[in-house]
Amino acid sequence: MIAVKALTKKYGDLTAVDGLTLSIGKGEIFGLLGPNGAGKSTTILMLLGLTEIDSGSAKVCGIDPMRNPIEVKKRVGYLPEDVGFYNDLTGLQNLLFTAKLNNIPKDQAKQEALRILDEVGLLAEKDKMVGKYSKGMRQRLGLADVLVKKPEVVIMDEPTQGLDPVGMKKFLQLIVRLSRTDGITVLFSSHHLHQVQQVCDRVGIFVKGKLLAEGNISSLAEQLFSKNTFTTEVGIVPPKKKRPQKPVSTATLKLKMEEVLGVARTVFKDCDIKVESSRDVAPELSSLVVNSGYGLSYLHKKKYGLDDIYDQYFQDEINTK
Amino acid sequence: MNYRPNKVMFTNFLKIGLSGLSERIGFKRFLYLGKREGPKKLPMTPFWEMVRKEITDHIRNWRFIILFALIVLTCAGTLYTALVNTHKTFSASGAEDAFFFLHLFSSSNGTLPAFFVFIGFLGPLFGISLGFDAINSEQNRGTLSRILAQPIPRDYVLTAKFVAGIAVISVLFYVLSFLVIGAGLFALGIPPTAEEFMRIMVYTLLSIVYVGFWLSISIFFSVRFRQPATSALGCIAVWLFFTVFYPLIIKMVASGVAPTQNASPSALYRYGQLKFYMAQVMPNELFSEITTTILSPSIRSLGPLTMEQMMGAIPGNLPLGQSLLLVWPQFTGLVAITLLFFLFSYVLFMKREIRSRA
Repeated sequence: MIAVKALTKKYGDLTAVDGLTLSIGKGEIFGLLGPNGAGKSTTILMLLGLTEIDSGSAKVCGIDPMRNPIEVKKRVGYLPEDVGFYNDLTGLQNLLFTAKLNNIPKDQAKQEALRILDEVGLLAEKDKMVGKYSKGMRQRLGLADVLVKKPEVVIMDEPTQGLDPVGMKKFLQLIVRLSRTDGITVLFSSHHLHQVQQVCDRVGIFVKGKLLAEGNISSLAEQLFSKNTFTTEVGIVPPKKKRPQKPVSTATLKLKMEEVLGVARTVFKDCDIKVESSRDVAPELSSLVVNSGYGLSYLHKKKYGLDDIYDQYFQDEINTK
Repeated sequence: MNYRPNKVMFTNFLKIGLSGLSERIGFKRFLYLGKREGPKKLPMTPFWEMVRKEITDHIRNWRFIILFALIVLTCAGTLYTALVNTHKTFSASGAEDAFFFLHLFSSSNGTLPAFFVFIGFLGPLFGISLGFDAINSEQNRGTLSRILAQPIPRDYVLTAKFVAGIAVISVLFYVLSFLVIGAGLFALGIPPTAEEFMRIMVYTLLSIVYVGFWLSISIFFSVRFRQPATSALGCIAVWLFFTVFYPLIIKMVASGVAPTQNASPSALYRYGQLKFYMAQVMPNELFSEITTTILSPSIRSLGPLTMEQMMGAIPGNLPLGQSLLLVWPQFTGLVAITLLFFLFSYVLFMKREIRSRA
């Protein structure tokens, strides 16, 4: 549905988006993750033809947004960052106005608007002035506003910004449900890891205008930590003296551990061991520890989440500075 | 006979062109809107829907209501003084061609300025107040990016704002003019002549054009400046410059190059012309020339005249067509600067990147 090739946008000397290549399939939920100022919003604006593309190409639903922005906007619903409504109109009136701009006949528009308001849980507040809506209600109205034109693609810029955790969760669940039932492709940007992790099929990590990595969460981890994807933390207990079998020294244990297939590095710190490996080595490690005459106090498999990924590249950024 | 088919072709071409245009902006649908029981209930096109919303916004706005009250008050005040005056002139002269109805618009007894002077003064304020926050307030409220994400051409936003402003002004000014005519009918007991009526209609139309000019400037400023306060101040600065400072500059320049008392007639003439042309830059001067010419049929020239040109002229009133011809350059000038500013805002707006609230 969305295909982007070597997309570039410059503001003077600053390259906001640098050679972005991306493709998103139908019905997918794609999260564009990156810190503030990474170029997420700029990318979205380019996809909608709201700002000019310096070089490269973009296709949304097979249409070039630069050449034919109106056709793109017919098919794409866009929820801007910090969306605004006409405060002196009611929620329903705001939706109807959007529907009219999309040339939807009045009766049909009203029916549709009421259905969607029900879906986002605003039916009770439909005749309230938007000026009196809370932030969460506004955001849900924003989603309704996007859906009223029956889009094939929904693009949202920081949709959960300023929502409380419960509201955020509800909002994200709503997006997922709607996307699954109606087969809508969703692209949203965020700098919030957890929500992206929760709902997205695929994630793209976007820093300084460049796409660092792209894929589902586990493949992202593989891309970013090319070797040592798995970290296992092992706690050992020194053996009691009564034991018949003489325990090996920790140095030999270390050596033995490093002989295990896939282990890249081990760090010993008294009784706590950290093992980095390219595959899951927990069973081998546990038997090794026990066979060497030590007690196993704990074994903790650490899987990488987006947090670590985020930290990782942030650290890279700090290091390069 | 030879060019007849050409003519047919041309008219056909014109017809197709016009129908294409009206189809594009959905004018027919707008016209048929009133006919609810029509065969097909066509929805209003997005453009007219936007215009409708803008008009509603204007009418509900306190700013508009205050200005409206102000204009109605001045209208009533000047009407009263003019009526008192007209009674005097009416009883004194009693002539048939005295243009009593035009006096309602153009006369004053010294306590209050004439109606047309008031409109010349309040009109710019009105135009500015309708347009100074047209685009930037939408942007600040975050609605602009949402509207532009809908499948409408970007120029709809700008054009809808302009058309809505013009529509509001037109209704207001025509209502006022008809009210004045009506009050005159009651007070004087005679109907206006066709000539007078046409002059009043033309005058009203031209005041709408004048306010349209200020609307266009204020929309330009609203595109240019992010803060509504800045754009309002910018508009008022332009207005003050032309009403207060520019005449001062003209005076200074003119006194600098003024010929001596015993200069040759051609030098005096050139001096007169210089003063005249320098003043033609001011939109308010253009408008006051237009209104005085339209409302006082006895005015026959606006620039300096030589004795030679005056020779043999019979004093009397000009017909409307001739008066119009006299102010045609002023009128086209006014329309031209209106369009120019509209063009500026268009160019600025079309190229702009629309971010949500930044």
